[in-house]
Amino acid sequence: MAEAFKTLFSPGHTACAGCGQAIAARLVVDTAGANTIIANNTGCLEVFSAKYPETAWGVPWIHSLFENAAAVASGIEAALKYLGLKDKINIIAQAGDGGTADIGLQALSGMWERGHDILYVCYDNEAYMNTGVQRSGLTPFEANTSTSPIGKILATGNLRPKKPMPEIAFAHGIPYVATASVGYPQDIQRKVKKALAIKGPKYIQIHVSCPLGWRHAPNLTLDVSKLAVETGLYPLIEYENGKLTQVRKLTKVKPVEEYLKSQGRFKHILNSPDAIKLIQAIADSNIEKYGLIEKKA
Amino acid sequence: MKQFIEGSKAVALAVKLARPGVISAYPITPQTHIVEELAQLIADGEMKAEFVNVESEHSAASVVLGSTATGVRSFTATSSQGFLLMIEVLFNIAGMRLPLVMTCANRAISAPLNIWNDQQDSMTARDSGWIQLYAENNQEVVDLHIQAYKIAENKEIMLPVMVCMDGFILTHGAEVVDIPDQTLVDKFLPAFELSDKLDINNPKTLGAFADPDHYTEARYAMQVANDNALKIIPQVADEFKKIFGRVSGGLIEGYRIEDAEQVIVAMGSVVGTIKDVVDELRAEGKKAGVLKIVTYRPFPAEVVYRALKDIPQIAVLEKAVSLGASGPLHIDLKSVLCGREGKISRVSGFVIGLGGRDITKNSIREVFDSLSKEEVSCKFVGLKLG
Ligand SMILES: Cc1ncc(C[n+]2csc(CCOP(=O)(O)OP(=O)(O)O)c2C)c(N)n1
Ligand code: SF4
Ligand SMILES: [Mg+2]
Repeated sequence: MAEAFKTLFSPGHTACAGCGQAIAARLVVDTAGANTIIANNTGCLEVFSAKYPETAWGVPWIHSLFENAAAVASGIEAALKYLGLKDKINIIAQAGDGGTADIGLQALSGMWERGHDILYVCYDNEAYMNTGVQRSGLTPFEANTSTSPIGKILATGNLRPKKPMPEIAFAHGIPYVATASVGYPQDIQRKVKKALAIKGPKYIQIHVSCPLGWRHAPNLTLDVSKLAVETGLYPLIEYENGKLTQVRKLTKVKPVEEYLKSQGRFKHILNSPDAIKLIQAIADSNIEKYGLIEKKA
Repeated sequence: MKQFIEGSKAVALAVKLARPGVISAYPITPQTHIVEELAQLIADGEMKAEFVNVESEHSAASVVLGSTATGVRSFTATSSQGFLLMIEVLFNIAGMRLPLVMTCANRAISAPLNIWNDQQDSMTARDSGWIQLYAENNQEVVDLHIQAYKIAENKEIMLPVMVCMDGFILTHGAEVVDIPDQTLVDKFLPAFELSDKLDINNPKTLGAFADPDHYTEARYAMQVANDNALKIIPQVADEFKKIFGRVSGGLIEGYRIEDAEQVIVAMGSVVGTIKDVVDELRAEGKKAGVLKIVTYRPFPAEVVYRALKDIPQIAVLEKAVSLGASGPLHIDLKSVLCGREGKISRVSGFVIGLGGRDITKNSIREVFDSLSKEEVSCKFVGLKLG
């Protein structure tokens, strides 16, 4: 039997069809290569990839708890330093948005501040998916989740905008911060490669659609993820050594409505021009802030 | 070599002798001196190890979880609130079968806030799968730390070991302590080898998710490892005696219990004071004794039963309480002795020395005295009411 391609993240795991996180995680580990050790927080990725006695992982991989992958990875780094192996091995800590921006933020901040040579990857599917789609600090404004539900009286969805994690990472003075999207696989590969060539703490936050939680058909994962970028709601940016060095420019900016109507989680606002206007304002402010549109000279 | 040193420094020197490669900790009284000493030993080039200064005890425990899983011998220490913040990770370390060693510098738990000694902190981890050893004095503290790595790393055990030492009383008390030679320790404690580790040449998945089909067996394996530890801990103590010429460690230690009619069962530094009182009572013609529990987890039920079965009046004296029930050691002892053959007529429970309250010889005499009266299960000694 011919081998189509060799991957370090085998198929046969138990993710839902069309899971953006599964696609992105495979891109990350395959780009990093076999000389990589991964520490994974609790969450969908951990549960669907490492159910005893099977595993999807072709690299050494450890899961401990929900909020401590950054600290576990720090310990792995210290051990490799002690063994004199650090320069030969990549260390990746990875987690969902909840495990990163909420419960795991303290451990992550500690890892950044101490300057460990670790790439931290956040798979941002914008809610606590593994426990059934509850809101997290990275759930976008207005999204309907099981803890920001549309009720008879309160009918607004999530009341807060996304926590600015890339800026929080940047403020730690770490050498590399980037956002990426599963809608742009080659961009993920490029950023992972670039990050791993840099010594010190790195942070990449990848927008990954979750068909179950976002409520869209499984075959639309890449299209929906792309729309977030094309509307300016999920800017793809890179900070290197204290400067914004690259942004993915938008040739044609799509209205946020196109993105919102692609998913059930925003259904309740599709007839509310005021709510849509507020979300358009978030996109406009991103476009302005990061210079997402090429200015003609 | 014999040295007159503080208990915390003695721990640091014992840990150094075990040659850990990674140390991570967070400051909390009364543990702090231990890790400060270790940081200094590393800074002075007397010890080769990575010291990771973390932002919380949760991360300290997670760092040494990660480093142990990478196959490097590691160490951490904490107390009280720090211990509670670690506890999620502590259960995880045991469940992942990582043979880490830590020190718990025993301290009371909030609220009310109190920085002084009792043993409520480590008691909260008695169901975690960690092996718990309690030290009576600083010589034992040193010896137990060296034995702890050997116990933890035994292939039939592979469980983490916690050495518990009373905060301030031992951590800040100076005594003459014999710090063993490195060559002897190297002979006693071989280099650490972990078979299931994070290794790019042999990729393994650690910390997998277990469904109802597999979880029970994983927990059962930990129970079996605890049973194995009951056999292996005395062997380790024997080997220690052969190499270092000193009796230290093991499961229990009886003091003047052979013909005793009244025995106090206790753990930690209070045992020293009880021994003094026993000597005084013996001089007065009273048949008193003390049974020290060195290994609290796994609980050495059979040897405890054999040591106590012919003793009519037994008291458990402890620095912790399972609020709403009685002292944890009292509960354990009751369950071991209940319904067994012997001359036991009562097993009373006493709580003493909470939050650093002084334990006087008189209060211990009172306990012995009250033993001939009716059985009590949870009497707070020296209560100041009204
Ligand atoms: C201390 C603790 N609190 C809560 C949980 C329950 N829990 C497990 S996974 C999870 C959600 C994970 O969300 P996220 O990090 O966004 O990852 P996702 O599943 O969405 O990929 C939660 C709340 C836990 N395991 N540990
Ligand atoms: S719930 Fe969402 S994130 Fe979790 S496996 Fe399914 S698609 Fe992926
Ligand atoms: Mg999530």
